[in-house]
Amino acid sequence: MREQDEQPRPPRTVPQRDAAPTRGLEPPLVRTPETDAMTSVAASRRAGTQVWTWPLVRSAIVHSFRKLDPRWMVRNPVMFVVEGGSVLVTFWAFRDLFQGKDVGFAFQIAVWLWFTVLFANFAEAMAEARGKAQADTLRATKKDTPARRLRNGSEEMVPSSQLRRGDIALVREGEIVPGDGEVIEGIAYVNEAAITGESAPVLKEPGTDIRSGVTGGTQVVSDWLKIRITADPGETFLDRMITLVEGAQRQKTPNEVALTILLAGLSIIFLLVVVSLQPFAIYAGEAVSTIVLVALLVCLLPTTIGALLSAIGIAGMDRVTRFNVLAMSGRAVETSGDVDVLLLDKTGTITYGNRLAAEIIPVGGATQEEAAHAALWASLGDDTPEGKSIVALARQAGAAPPPGGWDAVPAGAEAIPFSAETRMSGVRRNGSTWMKGAVDAITASLDGETPPDVQDQTDRISREGGTPLAVSENGRMVAVVYLKDTVKPGLHARFDELRRMGIRTIMITGDNPLTAATIAEDAGVDDFVAEAKPEDKIRIIRELQAEGHLVAMSGDGTNDAPALAQADVGLAMNSGTAAAKEAANMVDLDSNPTKIIEVVRIGKQLLITRGAITTFSIANDVAKYFAIIPAAFVATYPELGKLNIMHLATPQSAILSAVIFNALIIIALIPLALRGVAYRAAPAAELLARNLLVYGIGGVIVPFIGIKAIDLIVSSLGLA
Amino acid sequence: MTVSGWAQIAILFLLVLALVKPLGLYMAKVFSGERTWLWPVLRPVERVIYRVSGVDERREQSWLTYAVSLLAFSLVGLVFLYLLQRVQGSLPFNPEGMGAVKPDSAFNTAASFTTNTNWQGYAGESTMSYLTQMAGLAYHNFVSAASGIAVALALIRGIARRRADTVGNFWVDMVRANLYVLLPISIVLALVLVWQGVPQNLNHYVHATTLEGMAQTIAQGPVASQEIIKELGTNGGGFFNANSAHPYENPNAITNFIEMIAILAIPAALTYTFGRMVGNTRQGWTLFAAMSVIFLTGIAIAYGAEAQANPALRNLGIDQAVGNLEGKEIRFGVPLSALWAVITTVTSCGAVNSMHDSFNALGGLVPLANIQLGEVVFGGVGTGLTGMLFFALLAVFLAGLMVGRTPEYLGKKVQAYEVKMVALAILIFPATVLAFTAVAAVTDWGTETLNNAGPHGFSEMLYAFSSGSGNNGSAFAGLGANTGFYNSALGFAMLIGRFFIIIPTLAVAGSLARKQPVPPSLGTFPTTGALWVGLLVGAVLIVGLLTFFPALALGPIVEHLLANKGVTF
Repeated sequence: MREQDEQPRPPRTVPQRDAAPTRGLEPPLVRTPETDAMTSVAASRRAGTQVWTWPLVRSAIVHSFRKLDPRWMVRNPVMFVVEGGSVLVTFWAFRDLFQGKDVGFAFQIAVWLWFTVLFANFAEAMAEARGKAQADTLRATKKDTPARRLRNGSEEMVPSSQLRRGDIALVREGEIVPGDGEVIEGIAYVNEAAITGESAPVLKEPGTDIRSGVTGGTQVVSDWLKIRITADPGETFLDRMITLVEGAQRQKTPNEVALTILLAGLSIIFLLVVVSLQPFAIYAGEAVSTIVLVALLVCLLPTTIGALLSAIGIAGMDRVTRFNVLAMSGRAVETSGDVDVLLLDKTGTITYGNRLAAEIIPVGGATQEEAAHAALWASLGDDTPEGKSIVALARQAGAAPPPGGWDAVPAGAEAIPFSAETRMSGVRRNGSTWMKGAVDAITASLDGETPPDVQDQTDRISREGGTPLAVSENGRMVAVVYLKDTVKPGLHARFDELRRMGIRTIMITGDNPLTAATIAEDAGVDDFVAEAKPEDKIRIIRELQAEGHLVAMSGDGTNDAPALAQADVGLAMNSGTAAAKEAANMVDLDSNPTKIIEVVRIGKQLLITRGAITTFSIANDVAKYFAIIPAAFVATYPELGKLNIMHLATPQSAILSAVIFNALIIIALIPLALRGVAYRAAPAAELLARNLLVYGIGGVIVPFIGIKAIDLIVSSLGLA
Repeated sequence: MTVSGWAQIAILFLLVLALVKPLGLYMAKVFSGERTWLWPVLRPVERVIYRVSGVDERREQSWLTYAVSLLAFSLVGLVFLYLLQRVQGSLPFNPEGMGAVKPDSAFNTAASFTTNTNWQGYAGESTMSYLTQMAGLAYHNFVSAASGIAVALALIRGIARRRADTVGNFWVDMVRANLYVLLPISIVLALVLVWQGVPQNLNHYVHATTLEGMAQTIAQGPVASQEIIKELGTNGGGFFNANSAHPYENPNAITNFIEMIAILAIPAALTYTFGRMVGNTRQGWTLFAAMSVIFLTGIAIAYGAEAQANPALRNLGIDQAVGNLEGKEIRFGVPLSALWAVITTVTSCGAVNSMHDSFNALGGLVPLANIQLGEVVFGGVGTGLTGMLFFALLAVFLAGLMVGRTPEYLGKKVQAYEVKMVALAILIFPATVLAFTAVAAVTDWGTETLNNAGPHGFSEMLYAFSSGSGNNGSAFAGLGANTGFYNSALGFAMLIGRFFIIIPTLAVAGSLARKQPVPPSLGTFPTTGALWVGLLVGAVLIVGLLTFFPALALGPIVEHLLANKGVTF
């Protein structure tokens, strides 16, 4: 169970920018039965459905029998051969029965061969069961809601299923958004719990890249919105999500296809080995029974990986979903394991994007108190995070509390709003004026000379990657405020981890090279591109790809769409534009750009699990030879008994034990297949050494012990 | 086992090791069209060859054109050799008046020499005219070796190139392999052999009267020229039936050493050529190391087994302190016979200086197992390297996922197409061996010419088809193979074992060449170092073991167990 503990928990934070309320709208706390239902659906998805519950297990058992249909089995060449073998042995057992022979052994082999097939089907069914359960709950939330369609200026009520792409709809407070769309008018809070699992409503308004998209099935909890529908029914986000989690259209990923080919190749080799063994046996003196040959074949076939291959893939997708990321295909998840360059936007991904005050520096002979006081008053009318951070810093610096409290313009004072013309804002009270703004703007507004030490301070701040703001009191410059872009905590460690995994991080920013360098160093990225325009992203990705790199990026804006499409793995924010979401191959429902790191991790874990079980499966064969070959030829060459190094009780018990081990190992490995092999960031050489030891060498040793143990039980029960 | 025995083995290995870099570097330069010290002499000759044959040396070929060129070239050679054997009676250079070779044997021999197998169902000195030996067999010894090198070059280029549509020019590779590599070395070493007493003439056989007054015919002919390319090209077809056990082919310890080194030189050096051409010589040395591990292990087992007394003679009061000498030349002794047996089977050479059939059961198991591992330990010229590279692709694919990336080798992603071709190439060999052996085991065609019964007889059949499909050519004798069944079955086995592996190899070369390599990082699967050597050796052994363990258990293994109880066949 150690693996379980090592799994990182899905992050639960709401991204800063969505949580930060603007324009004075406070998110109303809304709880209705509907929002509660939505929240619980999303929460259960994030937690991962409890797998080993009786209803899921029961449905998986039913499905394991349904999947015996050869038309289904043929998709999996290895298990198809096993099914063929089971039919053959069953037929032989019955034939012997009618001929009045002793058939205890034959029937036991037949039963265990059928179990082998059923266990494989069960593994796949269990993996699918989770997704199916989620799809069912999602489907329940997908109702035909009434929609107010606006046509030629008039409002008409239609069922949401009649809305088509391009229609305009109005959604009022308390109503369900009838389809995926883009806000074109109005500002409102929307509860998106159904998709994100977060009950705190988010603000929606027109004309932004990150706050204009709405999703069908979510609920407007304040005010109203006018939206343009962007998806036809059946193609909506919820529809896609249901299809994805259900895995109905699951296609084999490229690596799975390649592995299936190899497993088919191995199956053919083993088929030949076993078929040619009969003539060899006849030459040696006595034919081997068909039942023994089939048993040998099934033991040699890579049944373990053959049985668990699709379960591993499904479970990998499921893990991605639990991180609240929707992958449009398994291929995307697989590719994320291969990614070796991460392209990250500075703003919003590496930094919070809000420049916060870090230092208030007195200039022109002013004291620290005067500087703090002026900065405080200049910012009292500023509601932006910048302004608030200056207030907080001034308070720390010991400025006297303003009469109206720390977060309001006091009575009798007048706020001077920011204007593009003056590029300043401030407060006027009792004939005193405090202004703050860009250094050159304040300089231009001064009555007298600019203090001589200002230039040094602004130079230093720019050099260190910050933004200087000047503060004036009654036409005299008294302070420079150092605004710093803050790197999100914990990122440095994450980037170190990525470096150990062999993944390079590149930060993209529109800042000047100096600023960019400072932030890059703070965050610990490997490389940065400064003064980049949004269009540059696609160029950078193409250049990297031309060098053979596989690139992942996250983005949200419309102008990110081409880059998201070009990147090998593109993670779009759910809060982003429809174009971005369309172009990307994954969507993060939490709109947390750093989550791309988790996705890479899951991709790697998926591939490692697949490789580990493949290696284990093939390594197992060594022991099975030592069990079956001496047993099969005991009559012709008793001397081969020397190869029976496990000292298995009887030839029949040896063969039966090998077959039982072969079947039980599938069941034993289902939990590993579903939750994935433990992964920790380390260079490939280290991972290989460790996994080779555990699954390669372990794969050789385990069956020797397992078969011997089963043989002890089988022989003591007198089964063979 | 003796210290002197091991010293001889160690000296040989060190000499080969010393050759790897200079010869490998030389070949890398030759095949990249770079200047070498033979350039001033040979470059004009090369140009004339291209002008006369109308080859544009700058025009490269896609893998398909490359493959078609190779197949067409081989087919013409095959037909030519068949016809030559059929009409040799009316052609010159035939002092002993050899008549036409019978059709099934002629087909078998034509297939055998075209495929670099040199399985011989006939006895050279009583079947082939000097013209056939020189223009037919020796010719193929050169060109079949050169086409093996050409295939390896195409695969190396496929791995080394980025986004390329071509893998080289078959005709250019063929000309250069012969002109710059095989011919110069052969000429020099043939002269050395002549100096050591190997005949090189076109004379009649000598009819002598022995001391006992018996009449004896002493065969001779243009032996030295054919002897050296037989080893250098890992061909193995002897001028005489007794092959390198014959004193005219291999008169003394010096020639024995030269010949053993000649067998290993090119296959071993090609690992360095590979490393140099892909721009990372460590990659080449890693392959060499993996090969050496299996090689030295095989020698230890074979020498260990042959140093034991033959259990069948144990009770006859014969002094067997030096080991099992049955079927061995006393001038080579046990260690050099065991060493040669391993060398000739890890490569696809097949020349012999002792009777593998007379080895103790486990001693005989080693040559058989070597062939069944796919002759990837140094291997045939070119084919050994491509075989090992295929195992590398397989190992990378199976275990590579465990580092959390989809598999890649030297930056090239191994995807469904490559896996399909690798699986095919690795599947063809055991499939051919097992299917033909199965037919032989249960039919009179197969069993009626067996000289031994039981597991030993089985080993003889298994060895014949392993040797044929594996293009080795050595035999576990004891099996009368000059019959219609064996001549045709082995003929087909050889053709399948050669060309059905070459075609997928070239397909992989073409597909890899088109790919954009992924630059290496910490996350890249390491394909150098001890771990990878272990993994590669493991892949070779596991595939070999899984496919041939049941057959080996019913052959040499059970024979060994029975021999210890005093049962012989």
